[in-house]
Amino acid sequence: MKKFISLALAGAMALSLAACGATGTSEPAANNGAASTPAASAPAASDGAATGTLNIGGIGPLTGGVAVYGLATKQGAEIAVEEINALGGLQLELDFKDDTGVAETAVNAYNTLKDSADVIYGCTTTDPCINVANETFNDRFFQLTPSASSTAVTEGRDNVFQMCFTDPNQGASAADYVKNNALGENIGIIYNNADAYSTGLRDAFVARAAEIGLNVVAEQAFPDDNTPDFTAQINALAAANVDLLFMPIYYTPAYNIVNAAQAQGFNPKYFGCDGMDGILDIDGMNPELVEGLMLMTPFNASATDAATTSFVEKYQAAYGSLPNQFAADGYDAMWALYDAANAAGIDADNMSHEDICEALIATFTSGDFSVDGLTGSGMTWSAKGEISKDPVAVRIENGVYVTM
Amino acid sequence: MQFLSNLIGGVSLGSVYALIALGYTMVYGIARMLNFAHGDVIMVGAYIVFFTFCSGGMHPLLAILIAMAACTLLGVTIERVAYRPLREAPSLAVLITAIGVSYLLQNGALLLWSANPRAFTSVVSVSPISLFGGQLTIPGNTVINVAVCLVIMVGLTLFVNHTTPGHAMQAVSEDRGAAQLMGINVNATISLTFAIGSALAAVAGALLCSSYPMLQPTTGAMPGIKAFTAAVFGGIGSIPGALLGGILLGVIENLSKAYISTQVSDAIVFLVLIVILLIKPTGLLGKRRVVKV
Repeated sequence: MKKFISLALAGAMALSLAACGATGTSEPAANNGAASTPAASAPAASDGAATGTLNIGGIGPLTGGVAVYGLATKQGAEIAVEEINALGGLQLELDFKDDTGVAETAVNAYNTLKDSADVIYGCTTTDPCINVANETFNDRFFQLTPSASSTAVTEGRDNVFQMCFTDPNQGASAADYVKNNALGENIGIIYNNADAYSTGLRDAFVARAAEIGLNVVAEQAFPDDNTPDFTAQINALAAANVDLLFMPIYYTPAYNIVNAAQAQGFNPKYFGCDGMDGILDIDGMNPELVEGLMLMTPFNASATDAATTSFVEKYQAAYGSLPNQFAADGYDAMWALYDAANAAGIDADNMSHEDICEALIATFTSGDFSVDGLTGSGMTWSAKGEISKDPVAVRIENGVYVTM
Repeated sequence: MQFLSNLIGGVSLGSVYALIALGYTMVYGIARMLNFAHGDVIMVGAYIVFFTFCSGGMHPLLAILIAMAACTLLGVTIERVAYRPLREAPSLAVLITAIGVSYLLQNGALLLWSANPRAFTSVVSVSPISLFGGQLTIPGNTVINVAVCLVIMVGLTLFVNHTTPGHAMQAVSEDRGAAQLMGINVNATISLTFAIGSALAAVAGALLCSSYPMLQPTTGAMPGIKAFTAAVFGGIGSIPGALLGGILLGVIENLSKAYISTQVSDAIVFLVLIVILLIKPTGLLGKRRVVKV
């Protein structure tokens, strides 16, 4: 019987280890060879508008656990494609394949798409995106991801560009934002130490905080987004007199944390990142718990500017739900492709995908190319493919986002 | 004061582990099998309470009773379909089947209720107790969790020791073949065990999510594994052992988070378990059984 129990225990440990492994998205240092510099010979931006039909191969999860993100990037893009095609001129044709959030499936989807596509739009999530980016780099396809935020996506590949903030970029911006708006004196941090997204943001925040003199007084970690209990962490944060808690985590553990903090009589200000987006959509949530919570998100569906209201109206009419930031990133990505194709004077019907790739790389990195969209205005890209845009923070007031 | 507060947090977490561990230990003690799906039955129970109480607006006690009935049905069905045909199979086969059932329940819940998390409204409406002029607060949930644990432990002990079905369970636990020869319906007894264990799972689910409100299809998995550890820690098969093991595990976990590191608290918990098993292989309150061949 003793043997049996130890066997069963070993099984239990293996299970718990497997559970840890599933949450920690380890990124392979994918870099096969030095990055080639942007082709200098590519046609520079001309005033000649683009012509023909640009075939866009889209990849993202339409089914499976992260389908909500993939569907949003697809649907947001479709709204933009419809608007663009109504203008006449260059036509966009989006063929979107399901990758279920799995790297192998994404590469298969890419292999199906590459016969017909001129450019690749995707993937939605980081791991599949890195794997597809390896292929597009070798095959010379221009690739724009709406939402894969790790630096490993673009590193060493001149052809891959991001529409979203990178994780380090967002962490540093968050520190700047807290400092510039004097949101807190004693900063506490709670993060998931088994998750690349969370630790990436935390590292960048801490590094930036040291540079600009933000006072980080306490740091607490948890190992798993399914962790239910945060009593010890909250006691430690409360003991350090934290008045602003930085939470570079997803909204599921965040809700458990604010709930436990309230039960223990600890009421700091909360500041989250884009992973916090969605906390208002939890079925049955208590809005009082998150009243006043701030988060950095590039898109606020309840903003009142004309571009946002028009997008939200069209999106609701077409899909019956409010668009999130992924949908907005998808929408902006299509417009960015369209603007760049026009600036580069792409003749989509007669140019090869290699030529289109070089032309678009030259345009995106040219410095005078910028895009105004839902997630930012005057957005530009570095040679590394990372976007530069102003961070926007919102505060939850009476159960809706209010831009700060 | 902070130490006391951490201690109480540990007891609170531990009482949830203990509630789950009672179900594990009950089934193990009598059916001699590890029901790894127990954590997922808890999740199902929590979802049923969510739909009847949190969004359905029923009285919490009625909601819990409905969940208990549903989980009992689920537990008995699982036993009938997945475990009974393997009664004579090697224990490893049963173990693997149990893990399979666990995944089946998780993925079934994903299909049925989607991966979107839900926020559970606490079924407990006891206001927190404030001590030392507000320096120390004991959440209402903690009080209820510990009380429910004690009541269930005492109830189970009385049931097993002083009722006819309880005696039948003990007999089945000691020697299945001999029990059958004495006219005990072994299958019915094991079914009854699963029924009780699963009904407890529904209660555990409601209390787990009342303390920690995020409910997802994977909610039961990690507490399930921890509770299994707690059951082994206290001596698997022993009802008071499950309570002791659960509370101790919660306290160790919370204190190591508070005073050693939040990053390795799980590793410390398992390390303590290994040490205990090396010193006392049957767990804290476990009985040594001599298996005659």
